Amino acid sequence: MIVAVASGKGGTGKTTVTASLASLWEGPLIGVDLDVEEPNLHLFLHPILTGEETAHLTIPVVDEATCTYCGACSELCQFKAISVMGRLILTFPEMCHGCGGCLAVCPEKAITPGQRELGEITWGTAGRQGFLMGRLRLGEAMSPPLMRLVKARLEQMLAQSGGDAIIDAPPGVSCPAINAVIDSDVIVLVTEPTPFGFYDFQLAWEAFAPLNKPLGAVINRAGLGTGAIYEFCREKHLPILAEIPYDRAIAEAYARGRIIAQISPELQGTFVSLMAAIRGLAQEAAHA
Amino acid sequence: MSKIAVSSEGPSLDDQVDPRFGRAAGFVVVDPETMVTEYIDNGRSQVMAQGAGIQAAELIARAGVSWVLTGFVGPKAFQALNAAGVQVAQNLEGLTVRQAVERFKSGEVAGAATADRR
Repeated sequence: MIVAVASGKGGTGKTTVTASLASLWEGPLIGVDLDVEEPNLHLFLHPILTGEETAHLTIPVVDEATCTYCGACSELCQFKAISVMGRLILTFPEMCHGCGGCLAVCPEKAITPGQRELGEITWGTAGRQGFLMGRLRLGEAMSPPLMRLVKARLEQMLAQSGGDAIIDAPPGVSCPAINAVIDSDVIVLVTEPTPFGFYDFQLAWEAFAPLNKPLGAVINRAGLGTGAIYEFCREKHLPILAEIPYDRAIAEAYARGRIIAQISPELQGTFVSLMAAIRGLAQEAAHA
Repeated sequence: MSKIAVSSEGPSLDDQVDPRFGRAAGFVVVDPETMVTEYIDNGRSQVMAQGAGIQAAELIARAGVSWVLTGFVGPKAFQALNAAGVQVAQNLEGLTVRQAVERFKSGEVAGAATADRR
């Protein structure tokens, strides 16, 4: 089972929830940080890293001696990463999405594959569990290509170790967020009952519900804000899997890099039952 | 004198200069001697998720003009226009196409060396 921990609004507690679940998960688990623009799961899980690789995207390199400026590549490219202007061909490597279309359509075979560095993928162990993360290169604008390579590595790791994975997803509801949840079996939406939290929670529901995956909510900082989020969950038949109280002790533990499931028996109980609720949600969907 | 292209909100000399280059509604191509115009629609670039400036630069290069008069050209479009040998004059928003062309003809318009605003 792959569990994706996502949110609409940032800062609602995705990493707090992911790290706590990873710390008490029953059976083998790989903790994955797919928030490649600003990974932070490692700050809580303190992994021992055993492997790393530099990730690349295939981009076009044009041999001008062979190019006839026919424009087939330029016509195909939806992102204008390759452009023919009269008897001139330009490439904009940072605009390339790496589809390889230009290489395929060039009738003169004048385009060869080059590389753009996307970032680093690192992996290792955190206690008895596996750990995997991506870190986007500074200046790189696109995170989904790196995320896809991290997920490919996850597939390899899961094939070896078996067990489950928990993904710390990026915030928002655009391509990176969708990319992080699309291959998961269960999506856990972490939110907070503030007006801003509620607004983005609705966006998250709109973005993720059409994926037809089991979906549940974790309400962090419960006690703040209004009851609107609870009404919304009732209306959409969205189960509330756990509530984490609004408590200064939690903020202090987080700020020290501690796993909050470990700071009190009550919180440990909250996350043990959250794990059970997530498993229940997945089983319910499997039998449906 | 060779033709110049002005980013424009509409097809005529009396339309306003569109301050955007890549996502301009279109380009009025003007022969500065005769003031005869043609219009290039830029609607295809306007709807692109990215690369609008480069697409617009392709249209401009194909039209065979030597200057672009506009509000602001982004860095990639600037690079493309530069490579195609098209000179760029910026900061001409707030004028009509005709006024921008007159200003150009009077020699008050300087070519931009980089994509930055002055």
